[in-house]
Amino acid sequence: MSPKSATPEGLVSPERRKVLETAARGVVGAGVVGVLLGSYQKSAEAMPALTIRPPGALADEAKFLSACVRCGLCVRACPYDTLKLADLGDHVATGSPFFVARKIPCEMCDDIPCVKACPTGALDHSLVDIDKAKMGTAVLVDEENCLNFLGLRCDVCYRDCPVLDKAITLEIESNPRTRKHAIFRPTVHAEHCTGCGKCEKSCVLEEAAIKVLPLKVARGELGRHYRLGWEEYQKNQGPLIKDVIDLPDRAPGDVTPPSGVPDAPPIFKPVSPFKRGTP
Amino acid sequence: MTAMPSAPRLNREARLAAAGEMPGRSFLLRNRYLLLRRLSQIVVLALFLTGPLFGLWIVKGTIASSMTFGVLPLTDPFMLLQMLAARHWPEGLAILGALIVAVFYALVSGRAYCSWVCPINPVTDLAFWTREKLGLQSKGWQPRPGTRFFVLATALVVSALTGAIAWELVNPITMAFRAVVFGSVASLTFVAAVFLFDLFVARRGWCSHLCPVGAAYGLLGSAALVKISAHARAACDHCMDCYAVCPEPQVISPALEGAKKGLSPVILSRDCTTCGRCIDVCDRTVFRFTHRFDLSETAQGGTHRSNCSGETP
Repeated sequence: MSPKSATPEGLVSPERRKVLETAARGVVGAGVVGVLLGSYQKSAEAMPALTIRPPGALADEAKFLSACVRCGLCVRACPYDTLKLADLGDHVATGSPFFVARKIPCEMCDDIPCVKACPTGALDHSLVDIDKAKMGTAVLVDEENCLNFLGLRCDVCYRDCPVLDKAITLEIESNPRTRKHAIFRPTVHAEHCTGCGKCEKSCVLEEAAIKVLPLKVARGELGRHYRLGWEEYQKNQGPLIKDVIDLPDRAPGDVTPPSGVPDAPPIFKPVSPFKRGTP
Repeated sequence: MTAMPSAPRLNREARLAAAGEMPGRSFLLRNRYLLLRRLSQIVVLALFLTGPLFGLWIVKGTIASSMTFGVLPLTDPFMLLQMLAARHWPEGLAILGALIVAVFYALVSGRAYCSWVCPINPVTDLAFWTREKLGLQSKGWQPRPGTRFFVLATALVVSALTGAIAWELVNPITMAFRAVVFGSVASLTFVAAVFLFDLFVARRGWCSHLCPVGAAYGLLGSAALVKISAHARAACDHCMDCYAVCPEPQVISPALEGAKKGLSPVILSRDCTTCGRCIDVCDRTVFRFTHRFDLSETAQGGTHRSNCSGETP
Protein backbone atom coordinates (compact mmCIF):
# COMPACT_ATOMS: atom_id res chain seq x y z
CA MET A 1 0.00 0.00 0.00
CA SER A 2 1.20 3.47 -0.77
CA PRO A 3 1.64 5.80 2.16
CA LYS A 4 -1.79 6.93 3.12
CA SER A 5 -2.87 10.49 2.98
CA ALA A 6 -3.54 11.89 6.39
CA THR A 7 -6.75 10.37 7.57
CA PRO A 8 -8.65 11.60 10.53
CA GLU A 9 -8.92 9.09 13.31
CA GLY A 10 -11.76 6.61 12.81
CA LEU A 11 -12.31 7.40 9.16
CA VAL A 12 -11.62 5.03 6.32
CA SER A 13 -8.70 6.04 4.16
CA PRO A 14 -9.51 6.91 0.54
CA GLU A 15 -7.62 3.88 -0.78
CA ARG A 16 -9.48 1.59 1.53
CA ARG A 17 -12.74 3.28 0.65
CA LYS A 18 -12.06 2.70 -3.02
CA VAL A 19 -11.33 -0.97 -2.49
CA LEU A 20 -14.50 -1.37 -0.47
CA GLU A 21 -16.54 0.44 -3.09
CA THR A 22 -15.17 -1.76 -5.86
CA ALA A 23 -15.87 -4.89 -3.87
CA ALA A 24 -19.39 -3.73 -3.05
CA ARG A 25 -20.07 -2.89 -6.67
CA GLY A 26 -18.81 -6.27 -7.80
CA VAL A 27 -20.78 -8.20 -5.21
CA VAL A 28 -24.00 -6.28 -5.88
CA GLY A 29 -23.59 -6.65 -9.64
CA ALA A 30 -22.88 -10.35 -9.30
CA GLY A 31 -25.87 -10.66 -6.98
CA VAL A 32 -28.24 -9.03 -9.45
CA VAL A 33 -26.96 -11.20 -12.30
CA GLY A 34 -27.17 -14.21 -10.03
CA VAL A 35 -30.77 -13.59 -9.03
CA LEU A 36 -31.81 -13.09 -12.67
CA LEU A 37 -29.94 -16.20 -13.77
CA GLY A 38 -31.32 -18.23 -10.89
CA SER A 39 -34.92 -17.26 -11.50
CA TYR A 40 -34.53 -17.95 -15.22
CA GLN A 41 -33.10 -21.32 -14.28
CA LYS A 42 -36.04 -22.10 -12.01
CA SER A 43 -38.57 -21.13 -14.67
CA ALA A 44 -36.73 -23.29 -17.19
CA GLU A 45 -37.41 -26.33 -15.04
CA ALA A 46 -41.14 -26.12 -15.76
CA MET A 47 -41.39 -28.09 -18.97
CA PRO A 48 -44.50 -28.19 -21.12
CA ALA A 49 -46.37 -31.41 -20.42
CA LEU A 50 -46.00 -32.69 -23.97
CA THR A 51 -42.20 -32.53 -24.07
CA ILE A 52 -40.66 -35.80 -23.03
CA ARG A 53 -37.05 -36.38 -21.98
CA PRO A 54 -35.02 -39.21 -23.56
CA PRO A 55 -34.90 -42.67 -21.95
CA GLY A 56 -32.96 -42.80 -18.70
CA ALA A 57 -33.17 -39.06 -18.11
CA LEU A 58 -32.72 -38.36 -14.43
CA ALA A 59 -36.25 -38.27 -13.12
CA ASP A 60 -36.15 -34.96 -11.31
CA GLU A 61 -35.96 -32.16 -13.87
CA ALA A 62 -33.61 -30.13 -11.69
CA LYS A 63 -31.37 -33.15 -11.28
CA PHE A 64 -31.38 -33.66 -15.03
CA LEU A 65 -30.35 -30.06 -15.60
CA SER A 66 -27.50 -30.43 -13.14
CA ALA A 67 -26.05 -33.11 -15.38
CA CYS A 68 -26.98 -32.31 -18.96
CA VAL A 69 -24.38 -30.22 -20.80
CA ARG A 70 -26.60 -29.84 -23.88
CA CYS A 71 -23.99 -31.39 -26.13
CA GLY A 72 -26.49 -33.20 -28.34
CA LEU A 73 -24.58 -36.50 -28.40
CA CYS A 74 -27.85 -38.31 -27.58
CA VAL A 75 -29.50 -36.54 -30.51
CA ARG A 76 -26.71 -37.73 -32.79
CA ALA A 77 -26.97 -41.26 -31.44
CA CYS A 78 -30.72 -41.52 -32.06
CA PRO A 79 -31.27 -43.49 -35.29
CA TYR A 80 -34.85 -42.28 -35.69
CA ASP A 81 -34.33 -38.53 -35.42
CA THR A 82 -36.64 -38.57 -32.43
CA LEU A 83 -34.62 -36.35 -30.12
CA LYS A 84 -34.28 -32.62 -30.55
CA LEU A 85 -32.26 -29.99 -28.73
CA ALA A 86 -34.45 -27.27 -27.29
CA ASP A 87 -34.23 -23.92 -28.99
CA LEU A 88 -35.36 -20.65 -27.51
CA GLY A 89 -39.14 -20.64 -27.57
CA ASP A 90 -39.52 -24.38 -27.00
CA HIS A 91 -40.00 -23.61 -23.30
CA VAL A 92 -37.59 -26.39 -22.50
CA ALA A 93 -34.26 -25.48 -20.88
CA THR A 94 -32.22 -24.19 -23.83
CA GLY A 95 -30.22 -26.83 -25.62
CA SER A 96 -31.48 -29.78 -23.59
CA PRO A 97 -32.79 -32.87 -25.40
CA PHE A 98 -36.47 -33.74 -25.64
CA PHE A 99 -38.99 -35.22 -27.99
CA VAL A 100 -42.62 -34.70 -28.82
CA ALA A 101 -44.29 -38.08 -29.03
CA ARG A 102 -46.98 -36.97 -31.45
CA LYS A 103 -44.25 -35.94 -33.92
CA ILE A 104 -41.70 -38.74 -33.61
CA PRO A 105 -42.04 -41.18 -30.73
CA CYS A 106 -39.22 -43.16 -29.15
CA GLU A 107 -38.69 -46.45 -30.98
CA MET A 108 -37.19 -48.06 -27.88
CA CYS A 109 -33.94 -49.40 -29.37
CA ASP A 110 -32.72 -52.48 -27.51
CA ASP A 111 -29.18 -51.13 -27.19
CA ILE A 112 -30.38 -47.64 -26.09
CA PRO A 113 -27.70 -45.72 -28.05
CA CYS A 114 -28.77 -42.32 -26.70
CA VAL A 115 -28.04 -43.37 -23.13
CA LYS A 116 -24.72 -44.89 -24.10
CA ALA A 117 -23.70 -41.68 -25.88
CA CYS A 118 -24.40 -39.44 -22.89
CA PRO A 119 -21.03 -38.38 -21.46
CA THR A 120 -22.32 -37.03 -18.18
CA GLY A 121 -24.89 -39.50 -16.96
CA ALA A 122 -27.77 -37.07 -17.40
CA LEU A 123 -29.19 -40.13 -19.15
CA ASP A 124 -28.62 -42.73 -16.49
CA HIS A 125 -26.24 -45.45 -17.68
CA SER A 126 -27.77 -47.92 -15.26
CA LEU A 127 -30.72 -48.18 -17.65
CA VAL A 128 -29.86 -51.23 -19.75
CA ASP A 129 -33.32 -52.66 -20.39
CA ILE A 130 -35.36 -50.24 -22.48
CA ASP A 131 -38.57 -51.83 -21.18
CA LYS A 132 -37.64 -50.36 -17.80
CA ALA A 133 -37.47 -46.83 -19.20
CA LYS A 134 -39.76 -44.29 -17.58
CA MET A 135 -39.86 -41.38 -20.01
CA GLY A 136 -43.38 -40.67 -18.88
CA THR A 137 -46.62 -42.61 -18.97
CA ALA A 138 -49.45 -42.75 -21.44
CA VAL A 139 -52.76 -41.43 -20.19
CA LEU A 140 -56.03 -41.82 -22.00
CA VAL A 141 -56.89 -38.19 -21.51
CA ASP A 142 -60.10 -37.97 -23.52
CA GLU A 143 -62.58 -40.76 -22.95
CA GLU A 144 -65.28 -38.76 -24.68
CA ASN A 145 -63.54 -38.85 -28.05
CA CYS A 146 -61.60 -42.12 -27.87
CA LEU A 147 -63.17 -44.33 -30.54
CA ASN A 148 -63.01 -47.41 -28.34
CA PHE A 149 -64.89 -45.58 -25.64
CA LEU A 150 -67.50 -44.69 -28.22
CA GLY A 151 -67.99 -48.40 -28.71
CA LEU A 152 -65.94 -48.79 -31.90
CA ARG A 153 -63.05 -51.17 -32.34
CA CYS A 154 -60.18 -48.82 -33.13
CA ASP A 155 -57.62 -50.51 -30.84
CA VAL A 156 -54.75 -48.79 -32.66
CA CYS A 157 -52.97 -47.61 -29.50
CA TYR A 158 -53.30 -51.07 -28.02
CA ARG A 159 -51.93 -52.73 -31.17
CA ASP A 160 -49.07 -50.29 -31.57
CA CYS A 161 -47.82 -50.52 -27.99
CA PRO A 162 -44.32 -52.08 -27.86
CA VAL A 163 -45.13 -53.52 -24.44
CA LEU A 164 -48.22 -55.19 -25.85
CA ASP A 165 -50.83 -56.42 -23.39
CA LYS A 166 -48.90 -55.13 -20.44
CA ALA A 167 -48.71 -51.35 -20.79
CA ILE A 168 -52.10 -51.09 -22.46
CA THR A 169 -54.84 -53.68 -22.05
CA LEU A 170 -58.37 -53.69 -23.35
CA GLU A 171 -60.89 -54.02 -20.56
CA ILE A 172 -64.35 -55.12 -21.53
CA GLU A 173 -67.38 -53.26 -20.29
CA SER A 174 -70.92 -53.30 -21.47
CA ASN A 175 -71.92 -50.48 -23.71
CA PRO A 176 -74.70 -48.57 -21.93
CA ARG A 177 -75.71 -46.85 -25.15
CA THR A 178 -76.67 -49.94 -27.09
CA ARG A 179 -77.13 -52.16 -24.04
CA LYS A 180 -75.98 -55.18 -26.00
CA HIS A 181 -72.50 -54.37 -27.29
CA ALA A 182 -69.17 -54.12 -25.52
CA ILE A 183 -66.76 -51.29 -24.95
CA PHE A 184 -63.13 -52.32 -25.17
CA ARG A 185 -61.64 -49.77 -22.88
CA PRO A 186 -57.89 -49.10 -23.53
CA THR A 187 -56.37 -49.09 -20.07
CA VAL A 188 -52.82 -47.96 -19.36
CA HIS A 189 -50.83 -49.67 -16.65
CA ALA A 190 -48.16 -47.17 -15.72
CA GLU A 191 -46.12 -49.92 -14.10
CA HIS A 192 -45.28 -51.29 -17.55
CA CYS A 193 -45.55 -48.15 -19.68
CA THR A 194 -42.18 -46.72 -20.79
CA GLY A 195 -43.60 -43.47 -22.10
CA CYS A 196 -42.30 -44.10 -25.61
CA GLY A 197 -45.31 -42.35 -27.11
CA LYS A 198 -46.09 -44.83 -29.88
CA CYS A 199 -49.74 -44.86 -28.79
CA GLU A 200 -49.97 -41.08 -28.88
CA LYS A 201 -48.33 -41.03 -32.29
CA SER A 202 -50.66 -43.68 -33.68
CA CYS A 203 -53.92 -42.35 -32.26
CA VAL A 204 -56.11 -41.83 -35.30
CA LEU A 205 -57.91 -38.76 -33.99
CA GLU A 206 -57.05 -35.25 -35.11
CA GLU A 207 -55.79 -34.62 -31.61
CA ALA A 208 -54.64 -37.71 -29.77
CA ALA A 209 -57.01 -39.01 -27.11
CA ILE A 210 -54.12 -40.86 -25.49
CA LYS A 211 -51.07 -38.80 -24.58
CA VAL A 212 -47.76 -39.42 -22.94
CA LEU A 213 -47.33 -37.17 -19.94
CA PRO A 214 -44.41 -36.74 -17.57
CA LEU A 215 -44.84 -38.94 -14.52
CA LYS A 216 -45.06 -35.99 -12.17
CA VAL A 217 -48.02 -34.69 -14.18
CA ALA A 218 -49.73 -38.00 -14.80
CA ARG A 219 -49.32 -39.90 -11.58
CA GLY A 220 -50.86 -39.58 -8.18
CA GLU A 221 -49.11 -40.88 -5.12
CA LEU A 222 -50.61 -42.61 -2.14
CA GLY A 223 -49.84 -41.24 1.28
CA ARG A 224 -46.67 -43.00 2.39
CA HIS A 225 -48.40 -44.25 5.52
CA TYR A 226 -51.32 -45.73 3.59
CA ARG A 227 -51.79 -49.46 3.82
CA LEU A 228 -54.21 -51.21 1.49
CA GLY A 229 -56.40 -53.25 3.80
CA TRP A 230 -56.93 -56.13 1.42
CA GLU A 231 -53.21 -56.52 0.79
CA GLU A 232 -52.43 -56.37 4.48
CA TYR A 233 -55.19 -58.93 5.10
CA GLN A 234 -53.55 -61.31 2.67
CA LYS A 235 -50.04 -60.73 4.00
CA ASN A 236 -51.24 -61.30 7.51
CA GLN A 237 -53.55 -64.16 6.59
CA GLY A 238 -56.31 -62.40 8.46
CA PRO A 239 -57.15 -59.03 9.92
CA LEU A 240 -54.30 -57.09 11.49
CA ILE A 241 -56.41 -56.26 14.51
CA LYS A 242 -57.99 -59.18 16.28
CA ASP A 243 -61.59 -59.19 17.38
CA VAL A 244 -62.44 -56.30 15.17
CA ILE A 245 -66.11 -55.54 15.19
CA ASP A 246 -67.38 -56.04 11.70
CA LEU A 247 -70.46 -54.08 10.87
CA PRO A 248 -72.83 -55.62 8.34
CA ASP A 249 -72.01 -54.71 4.74
CA ARG A 250 -74.99 -53.68 2.74
CA ALA A 251 -75.13 -53.02 -0.92
CA PRO A 252 -77.48 -50.36 -2.21
CA GLY A 253 -80.93 -51.85 -2.49
CA ASP A 254 -80.04 -54.59 -0.08
CA VAL A 255 -83.11 -54.82 2.07
CA THR A 256 -82.02 -57.65 4.33
CA PRO A 257 -82.68 -56.37 7.84
CA PRO A 258 -79.82 -56.53 10.29
CA SER A 259 -80.21 -59.90 11.82
CA GLY A 260 -77.85 -59.54 14.71
CA VAL A 261 -75.80 -62.40 13.37
CA PRO A 262 -72.17 -61.32 12.91
CA ASP A 263 -71.09 -61.24 9.34
CA ALA A 264 -68.63 -63.73 8.07
CA PRO A 265 -65.12 -62.26 7.63
CA PRO A 266 -65.06 -60.24 4.45
CA ILE A 267 -64.09 -62.20 1.44
CA PHE A 268 -61.17 -60.64 -0.38
CA LYS A 269 -61.00 -62.22 -3.70
CA PRO A 270 -58.53 -60.12 -5.66
CA VAL A 271 -59.73 -59.39 -9.12
CA SER A 272 -56.79 -59.43 -11.49
CA PRO A 273 -56.29 -55.89 -12.64
CA PHE A 274 -54.51 -57.07 -15.75
CA LYS A 275 -57.12 -59.49 -16.91
CA ARG A 276 -56.95 -59.21 -20.59
CA GLY A 277 -60.13 -58.50 -22.39
CA THR A 278 -60.73 -60.99 -25.14
CA PRO A 279 -61.18 -59.07 -28.28
CA MET B 1 -4.44 3.01 -22.20
CA THR B 2 -5.44 3.36 -25.75
CA ALA B 3 -5.91 6.78 -27.13
CA MET B 4 -8.69 6.64 -29.64
CA PRO B 5 -7.60 8.33 -32.84
CA SER B 6 -10.24 10.07 -34.83
CA ALA B 7 -12.07 8.00 -37.38
CA PRO B 8 -11.44 6.65 -39.93
CA ARG B 9 -8.41 5.22 -38.24
CA LEU B 10 -5.47 3.98 -40.22
CA ASN B 11 -2.57 2.40 -38.50
CA ARG B 12 0.86 3.82 -38.94
CA GLU B 13 1.83 1.45 -41.69
CA ALA B 14 -1.30 2.23 -43.65
CA ARG B 15 -0.77 5.94 -43.21
CA LEU B 16 2.79 5.78 -44.43
CA ALA B 17 1.84 3.56 -47.32
CA ALA B 18 -0.98 5.92 -48.26
CA ALA B 19 1.43 8.83 -48.14
CA GLY B 20 3.73 6.89 -50.42
CA GLU B 21 6.55 7.10 -47.91
CA MET B 22 7.11 3.40 -47.87
CA PRO B 23 5.46 0.34 -49.29
CA GLY B 24 3.10 -1.52 -46.99
CA ARG B 25 3.53 -5.16 -46.30
CA SER B 26 1.29 -7.49 -48.20
CA PHE B 27 -2.25 -8.04 -46.95
CA LEU B 28 -1.44 -11.64 -46.10
CA LEU B 29 1.52 -10.66 -43.99
CA ARG B 30 -0.39 -7.96 -42.18
CA ASN B 31 -3.21 -10.37 -41.36
CA ARG B 32 -1.62 -13.78 -41.23
CA TYR B 33 -2.60 -14.65 -37.66
CA LEU B 34 -6.04 -13.18 -38.09
CA LEU B 35 -6.55 -15.33 -41.17
CA LEU B 36 -5.11 -18.37 -39.44
CA ARG B 37 -7.47 -17.84 -36.52
CA ARG B 38 -10.49 -17.52 -38.79
CA LEU B 39 -9.37 -20.68 -40.52
CA SER B 40 -9.04 -22.45 -37.18
CA GLN B 41 -12.49 -21.28 -36.06
CA ILE B 42 -14.02 -22.43 -39.34
CA VAL B 43 -12.26 -25.79 -39.19
CA VAL B 44 -13.56 -26.38 -35.66
CA LEU B 45 -17.13 -25.80 -36.84
CA ALA B 46 -16.55 -27.76 -40.03
CA LEU B 47 -15.41 -30.82 -38.10
CA PHE B 48 -18.82 -30.87 -36.43
CA LEU B 49 -20.68 -30.09 -39.64
CA THR B 50 -19.39 -32.74 -42.04
CA GLY B 51 -21.60 -35.28 -40.28
CA PRO B 52 -24.96 -33.57 -40.51
CA LEU B 53 -24.20 -32.11 -43.96
CA PHE B 54 -22.43 -34.95 -45.76
CA GLY B 55 -22.84 -37.95 -43.49
CA LEU B 56 -19.11 -37.96 -42.79
CA TRP B 57 -18.95 -38.08 -39.01
CA ILE B 58 -15.77 -36.65 -37.56
CA VAL B 59 -16.87 -34.95 -34.37
CA LYS B 60 -20.27 -35.44 -32.77
CA GLY B 61 -21.84 -33.22 -30.16
CA THR B 62 -21.05 -29.58 -29.58
CA ILE B 63 -18.26 -27.57 -28.05
CA ALA B 64 -19.79 -28.30 -24.64
CA SER B 65 -19.00 -31.96 -24.96
CA SER B 66 -17.99 -33.92 -28.02
CA MET B 67 -16.77 -37.23 -29.30
CA THR B 68 -14.21 -37.38 -32.09
CA PHE B 69 -14.19 -40.48 -34.29
CA GLY B 70 -15.92 -42.29 -31.45
CA VAL B 71 -12.72 -42.42 -29.41
CA LEU B 72 -11.68 -38.95 -28.23
CA PRO B 73 -14.05 -37.42 -25.69
CA LEU B 74 -13.75 -33.69 -25.03
CA THR B 75 -15.71 -31.74 -22.45
CA ASP B 76 -15.64 -28.10 -21.49
CA PRO B 77 -13.98 -27.93 -18.05
CA PHE B 78 -16.04 -24.91 -16.98
CA MET B 79 -19.18 -26.90 -17.75
CA LEU B 80 -17.88 -29.76 -15.62
CA LEU B 81 -17.09 -27.33 -12.82
CA GLN B 82 -20.66 -26.03 -12.83
CA MET B 83 -21.93 -29.60 -12.89
CA LEU B 84 -19.89 -30.40 -9.81
CA ALA B 85 -21.14 -27.19 -8.16
CA ALA B 86 -24.65 -28.43 -8.92
CA ARG B 87 -23.68 -31.65 -7.12
CA HIS B 88 -23.89 -34.06 -10.02
CA TRP B 89 -21.03 -36.52 -10.31
CA PRO B 90 -20.69 -37.24 -14.03
CA GLU B 91 -19.84 -40.40 -15.91
CA GLY B 92 -16.16 -41.06 -16.50
CA LEU B 93 -16.40 -39.97 -20.12
CA ALA B 94 -17.14 -36.35 -19.19
CA ILE B 95 -14.39 -36.29 -16.58
CA LEU B 96 -11.85 -37.73 -19.00
CA GLY B 97 -12.94 -35.28 -21.67
CA ALA B 98 -12.63 -32.31 -19.35
CA LEU B 99 -9.20 -33.49 -18.20
CA ILE B 100 -7.92 -33.73 -21.77
CA VAL B 101 -9.20 -30.24 -22.57
CA ALA B 102 -7.89 -28.80 -19.30
CA VAL B 103 -4.42 -30.27 -19.73
CA PHE B 104 -4.23 -29.07 -23.32
CA TYR B 105 -5.15 -25.47 -22.56
CA ALA B 106 -3.17 -25.40 -19.31
CA LEU B 107 -0.07 -26.38 -21.25
CA VAL B 108 -0.60 -24.50 -24.49
CA SER B 109 -2.46 -21.29 -23.76
CA GLY B 110 -5.66 -20.93 -21.78
CA ARG B 111 -7.26 -18.20 -23.76
CA ALA B 112 -6.20 -19.61 -27.10
CA TYR B 113 -9.67 -21.10 -26.70
CA CYS B 114 -11.09 -17.58 -27.00
CA SER B 115 -9.17 -16.48 -30.07
CA TRP B 116 -8.67 -19.71 -31.98
CA VAL B 117 -11.72 -21.86 -31.18
CA CYS B 118 -14.66 -19.92 -29.74
CA PRO B 119 -17.37 -19.08 -32.31
CA ILE B 120 -18.23 -15.86 -30.47
CA ASN B 121 -14.81 -14.40 -31.21
CA PRO B 122 -15.62 -13.58 -34.86
CA VAL B 123 -18.90 -12.05 -33.66
CA THR B 124 -17.29 -9.67 -31.18
CA ASP B 125 -14.44 -9.00 -33.59
CA LEU B 126 -17.06 -8.03 -36.15
CA ALA B 127 -18.67 -5.74 -33.59
CA PHE B 128 -15.30 -4.11 -32.95
CA TRP B 129 -14.65 -3.75 -36.67
CA THR B 130 -18.10 -2.22 -37.19
CA ARG B 131 -17.41 0.14 -34.31
CA GLU B 132 -14.26 1.35 -36.05
CA LYS B 133 -16.02 1.66 -39.39
CA LEU B 134 -18.85 3.67 -37.86
CA GLY B 135 -16.28 5.80 -36.09
CA LEU B 136 -17.91 5.27 -32.69
CA GLN B 137 -15.80 7.32 -30.34
CA SER B 138 -17.18 6.37 -26.97
CA LYS B 139 -15.91 3.19 -25.42
CA GLY B 140 -19.22 2.94 -23.62
CA TRP B 141 -19.46 1.01 -20.42
CA GLN B 142 -16.03 -0.26 -19.47
CA PRO B 143 -16.18 -2.53 -16.46
CA ARG B 144 -12.87 -3.70 -15.06
CA PRO B 145 -11.25 -6.59 -16.88
CA GLY B 146 -11.60 -8.53 -13.62
CA THR B 147 -15.40 -8.32 -13.75
CA ARG B 148 -15.43 -11.64 -15.57
CA PHE B 149 -14.25 -13.37 -12.42
CA PHE B 150 -17.29 -12.04 -10.58
CA VAL B 151 -19.46 -13.46 -13.39
CA LEU B 152 -17.55 -16.74 -13.15
CA ALA B 153 -18.15 -16.91 -9.41
CA THR B 154 -21.80 -15.99 -9.92
CA ALA B 155 -22.31 -18.79 -12.43
CA LEU B 156 -20.83 -21.29 -9.98
CA VAL B 157 -22.83 -19.97 -7.02
CA VAL B 158 -26.09 -20.03 -8.99
CA SER B 159 -25.27 -23.55 -10.18
CA ALA B 160 -24.76 -24.59 -6.58
CA LEU B 161 -27.95 -22.89 -5.36
CA THR B 162 -30.30 -24.01 -8.12
CA GLY B 163 -28.64 -27.39 -8.62
CA ALA B 164 -28.41 -26.92 -12.37
CA ILE B 165 -25.72 -25.87 -14.84
CA ALA B 166 -26.59 -22.19 -14.73
CA TRP B 167 -24.43 -20.54 -17.37
CA GLU B 168 -25.73 -22.87 -20.07
CA LEU B 169 -29.03 -20.99 -20.00
CA VAL B 170 -27.43 -17.89 -21.44
CA ASN B 171 -24.08 -19.05 -22.79
CA PRO B 172 -23.81 -17.48 -26.27
CA ILE B 173 -20.89 -19.77 -27.16
CA THR B 174 -22.84 -23.01 -27.05
CA MET B 175 -25.90 -21.26 -28.44
CA ALA B 176 -23.95 -20.16 -31.49
CA PHE B 177 -22.59 -23.65 -31.80
CA ARG B 178 -26.00 -25.28 -31.59
CA ALA B 179 -27.37 -22.78 -34.07
CA VAL B 180 -24.78 -23.86 -36.61
CA VAL B 181 -24.54 -27.56 -35.84
CA PHE B 182 -28.11 -28.33 -34.74
CA GLY B 183 -30.03 -25.55 -36.44
CA SER B 184 -31.33 -23.99 -33.23
CA VAL B 185 -31.51 -20.63 -34.92
CA ALA B 186 -33.71 -18.88 -32.35
CA SER B 187 -30.77 -19.18 -29.96
CA LEU B 188 -28.93 -16.75 -32.22
CA THR B 189 -30.89 -14.06 -30.36
CA PHE B 190 -28.31 -14.29 -27.61
CA VAL B 191 -25.47 -14.13 -30.11
CA ALA B 192 -27.03 -11.05 -31.69
CA ALA B 193 -27.40 -9.57 -28.21
CA VAL B 194 -23.68 -10.00 -27.60
CA PHE B 195 -22.92 -8.36 -30.95
CA LEU B 196 -25.13 -5.36 -30.21
CA PHE B 197 -23.78 -5.13 -26.68
CA ASP B 198 -20.21 -4.96 -27.98
CA LEU B 199 -21.18 -2.56 -30.74
CA PHE B 200 -23.23 -0.01 -28.86
CA VAL B 201 -22.95 -0.60 -25.13
CA ALA B 202 -19.42 -1.61 -24.33
CA ARG B 203 -16.37 -1.64 -26.58
CA ARG B 204 -14.82 -5.12 -26.38
CA GLY B 205 -17.38 -5.62 -23.64
CA TRP B 206 -18.23 -9.29 -23.74
CA CYS B 207 -15.08 -11.27 -24.43
CA SER B 208 -12.69 -8.92 -22.66
CA HIS B 209 -14.73 -8.03 -19.59
CA LEU B 210 -17.64 -10.33 -18.87
CA CYS B 211 -17.42 -13.81 -20.37
CA PRO B 212 -16.90 -16.33 -17.56
CA VAL B 213 -15.91 -19.08 -19.97
CA GLY B 214 -12.96 -17.01 -21.15
CA ALA B 215 -12.20 -16.21 -17.52
CA ALA B 216 -12.15 -19.90 -16.70
CA TYR B 217 -9.83 -20.70 -19.59
CA GLY B 218 -7.66 -17.74 -18.56
CA LEU B 219 -7.30 -19.13 -15.06
CA LEU B 220 -6.65 -22.56 -16.48
CA GLY B 221 -3.83 -21.20 -18.62
CA SER B 222 -2.17 -19.17 -15.85
CA ALA B 223 1.08 -21.07 -16.35
CA ALA B 224 0.66 -21.94 -20.02
CA LEU B 225 3.72 -22.24 -22.21
CA VAL B 226 2.87 -20.57 -25.50
CA LYS B 227 3.27 -16.83 -25.12
CA ILE B 228 3.89 -13.76 -27.18
CA SER B 229 7.06 -11.86 -26.46
CA ALA B 230 7.90 -8.25 -27.23
CA HIS B 231 11.36 -9.54 -27.92
CA ALA B 232 12.33 -6.49 -29.97
CA ARG B 233 10.77 -3.98 -27.64
CA ALA B 234 13.86 -1.81 -28.03
CA ALA B 235 12.73 -1.15 -31.59
CA CYS B 236 9.25 -0.04 -30.58
CA ASP B 237 8.49 3.50 -31.68
CA HIS B 238 5.25 3.76 -29.72
CA CYS B 239 2.90 3.98 -32.65
CA MET B 240 0.26 2.38 -30.38
CA ASP B 241 -1.09 0.18 -33.15
CA CYS B 242 -0.78 -2.96 -31.02
CA TYR B 243 -2.74 -1.35 -28.20
CA ALA B 244 -5.45 -0.28 -30.61
CA VAL B 245 -5.89 -3.73 -32.04
CA CYS B 246 -5.43 -5.83 -28.91
CA PRO B 247 -8.63 -7.15 -27.30
CA GLU B 248 -6.91 -7.03 -23.90
CA PRO B 249 -4.58 -4.03 -24.23
CA GLN B 250 -3.74 -4.00 -20.53
CA VAL B 251 -1.57 -7.08 -21.05
CA ILE B 252 0.88 -5.40 -23.41
CA SER B 253 2.46 -2.62 -21.38
CA PRO B 254 4.24 -4.73 -18.72
CA ALA B 255 6.11 -6.52 -21.46
CA LEU B 256 6.51 -3.74 -24.00
CA GLU B 257 7.36 -0.91 -21.59
CA GLY B 258 8.87 -3.03 -18.83
CA ALA B 259 12.50 -2.94 -19.90
CA LYS B 260 13.41 -0.24 -17.40
CA LYS B 261 11.69 -2.06 -14.58
CA GLY B 262 13.48 -5.24 -15.55
CA LEU B 263 10.29 -7.02 -16.49
CA SER B 264 10.28 -9.93 -18.88
CA PRO B 265 9.55 -9.12 -22.52
CA VAL B 266 7.12 -12.04 -22.52
CA ILE B 267 3.43 -11.13 -22.21
CA LEU B 268 2.67 -13.22 -19.15
CA SER B 269 -0.82 -12.00 -18.28
CA ARG B 270 -3.37 -14.79 -18.33
CA ASP B 271 -5.76 -12.34 -20.02
CA CYS B 272 -3.69 -12.48 -23.24
CA THR B 273 -5.61 -14.53 -25.79
CA THR B 274 -2.47 -15.28 -27.86
CA CYS B 275 -4.39 -14.13 -30.90
CA GLY B 276 -1.25 -12.79 -32.53
CA ARG B 277 -2.96 -9.63 -33.73
CA CYS B 278 -0.11 -7.51 -32.27
CA ILE B 279 2.35 -9.49 -34.37
CA ASP B 280 0.17 -8.83 -37.40
CA VAL B 281 -0.03 -5.08 -37.04
CA CYS B 282 3.48 -4.30 -35.87
CA ASP B 283 5.63 -3.36 -38.83
CA ARG B 284 8.73 -3.30 -36.63
CA THR B 285 8.55 -7.00 -35.77
CA VAL B 286 8.52 -6.25 -32.08
CA PHE B 287 6.39 -9.26 -31.21
CA ARG B 288 6.69 -12.94 -31.89
CA PHE B 289 5.29 -16.23 -30.66
CA THR B 290 7.54 -18.01 -28.22
CA HIS B 291 7.41 -19.86 -24.90
CA ARG B 292 7.06 -18.30 -21.49
CA PHE B 293 10.68 -18.86 -20.44
CA ASP B 294 12.17 -17.21 -23.51
CA LEU B 295 13.76 -14.06 -22.11
CA SER B 296 15.83 -13.36 -25.19
CA GLU B 297 15.66 -9.89 -26.67
CA THR B 298 16.84 -8.35 -29.86
CA ALA B 299 18.29 -4.90 -29.56
CA GLN B 300 17.78 -3.78 -33.12
CA GLY B 301 14.28 -4.13 -34.34
CA GLY B 302 14.09 -5.43 -37.82
CA THR B 303 11.19 -4.64 -40.04
CA HIS B 304 9.18 -7.13 -41.94
CA ARG B 305 10.29 -5.50 -45.10
CA SER B 306 14.00 -6.00 -44.60
CA ASN B 307 13.86 -9.13 -42.49
CA CYS B 308 11.08 -11.28 -43.70
CA SER B 309 9.49 -10.53 -46.96
CA GLY B 310 12.67 -9.88 -48.85
CA GLU B 311 11.24 -6.69 -50.33
CA THR B 312 13.58 -3.78 -50.52
CA PRO B 313 12.33 -0.42 -49.44
